[in-house]
Amino acid sequence: MRTVTVVGASLSGLYAARELRAQGFDGRLVIVGDERHRPYDRPPLSKDFLTGRADEEQLALTDAEETAELDAEWLLGTRARGLDARGRTVLLDGGRTVSTDGVVIATGASARRLPGDGLAGVHTLRTLDDARALREELGRGPQRIVVIGGGFIGAETASSCAGLGHTVTVVEAAPLPLVPQLGAEMAAVCAALHRRGGVDLVTGIGVAGLRGTVTVTGVELADGRVLPADIVIVGIGALPNTAWLAGSALTLHDGVLCDDGCVTALPQVVAVGDVARVGGSRAEHWTSATEQPRVAVANLLAGRTTQTARPLPYFWSDQYGARIQFAGRRRDGDNVRIAEGELADGAPAEGGFLALYERDGRTTAVLSVNRPRPFMRVRRELAREESRVVPAAL
Amino acid sequence: MIPVCRLEDLPEGESVRIETTPPIAVFRTEDGELYAIDDTCTHQDASLSEGWLEGCLVECPLHAASFDLRTGLPTCLPARRAVRTHRVTVDDGTVHVHLAAEEGTAA
Ligand SMILES: Cc1cc2nc3c(=O)[nH]c(=O)nc-3n(C[C@H](O)[C@H](O)[C@H](O)COP(=O)(O)OP(=O)(O)OC[C@H]3O[C@@H](n4cnc5c(N)ncnc54)[C@H](O)[C@@H]3O)c2cc1C
Ligand code: FES
Repeated sequence: MRTVTVVGASLSGLYAARELRAQGFDGRLVIVGDERHRPYDRPPLSKDFLTGRADEEQLALTDAEETAELDAEWLLGTRARGLDARGRTVLLDGGRTVSTDGVVIATGASARRLPGDGLAGVHTLRTLDDARALREELGRGPQRIVVIGGGFIGAETASSCAGLGHTVTVVEAAPLPLVPQLGAEMAAVCAALHRRGGVDLVTGIGVAGLRGTVTVTGVELADGRVLPADIVIVGIGALPNTAWLAGSALTLHDGVLCDDGCVTALPQVVAVGDVARVGGSRAEHWTSATEQPRVAVANLLAGRTTQTARPLPYFWSDQYGARIQFAGRRRDGDNVRIAEGELADGAPAEGGFLALYERDGRTTAVLSVNRPRPFMRVRRELAREESRVVPAAL
Repeated sequence: MIPVCRLEDLPEGESVRIETTPPIAVFRTEDGELYAIDDTCTHQDASLSEGWLEGCLVECPLHAASFDLRTGLPTCLPARRAVRTHRVTVDDGTVHVHLAAEEGTAA
């Protein structure tokens, strides 16, 4: 391969570029990214960056020295518009094209929008520009904030806003947030963190619309109630950025369809990170975005799938002073047992806790609040067990 | 020089955090060696004393950066900067940390 083009200049794209060089690719490396910024880390956007504890410098994923070593052509502020049917030409905004032998798709996901969210005071939180805009508005003194969506990003944002002294309400359409991720029992425990943080959690009711003409004034709920708001943050999930691939030979179905080795329908096109549906599932987690590129790049350079990537799912979230960590593959019906620590009034007690998800006498997943050490031990055991099981099943 | 604990209270394979500013992590490896480094991971804010100790390496509990206890250097991403290392001595059965800053060494 003489030229490889990485589309998407963020976490998984950067890791893919690093892997290309680390695995010996010494040809032309082109990195296309539609944001103007050099790769930066998103998780702090809803946490320390929003509260002002971290600044933009601390978000940077790379530095001048590494950038020089990568020896890549960076096309930042440039959107890819398409990939030809053979996967040999990337079309760019403005009609330019890049001829290429290999492509890494790393275009991630975008925040889902709400109809009418063009009003001033309405925000999403996915990009640095989003976070800058929100942070600036939050700096204008105590305000009434409604967060729509009680998922991880919604909860973290609510926590950060409450910490800054704002009055915060979280609205969640489901009876309880985070049930798909944590199961009902532990979702209830995490939901209790809102109450402890002084944030109102309104559940089981949808949003009918946003109120206001130029600037948002409130959120109207399905039952007619209106929650007054100076700022509304829409945290209702993310959609994979695949629109630019319409008309290519790739299969798009909630992400770019890949085999277990991140390889798409075309052997010289691989996909990684939030945009990739790898072996039937699409993760939106930092760790998978950093782990998939190694395997994806190995397969890209080999020209076929020689390695597979199904790392044990892992994510963390920081909210209301609680560091939540989860690893494994839980299923509905798993038994959940508090193995260490305890609950107080339905919420994590002072010292946190460790919960094990179990099925047929085996641990399937682990959840920890402020117990990183035993969490890490179980996470490693789970990973080890899986690596024993998977090769046998192949 | 900061007293940490009695040597017998820090079994092999274990670590302890001392609440200095910034905090310091002291490790006793499976081989019985003692090492001290700054406790806060240079990637974000996790506490390395809660990390996974294997040989002379400690893996961060949050995003799995790994540091060499002997040099403080990261051996893999996402950390790119070293943690400071501090000298450790055992005097009359008590473990002591000698702050790098006080000894005038950079690492
Ligand atoms: C606020 C926030 C908090 C988070 N917190 C956590 C957390 O605590 N724990 C955790 O595990 N995960 C967290 N995540 C998720 C994590 O950040 C993502 O999984 C990770 O960013 C995925 O990386 P990626 O490179 O695949 O995609 P992205 O980071 O989405 O990057 C994709 C890049 O491609 C660009 N792009 C898109 N389309 C095009 C195109 N057509 N042409 C060129 N460029 C394009 C995008 O602009 C973007 O720069 C958080 C995410 C957010 C937004
Ligand atoms: S905080 Fe240690 S690796 Fe991220």
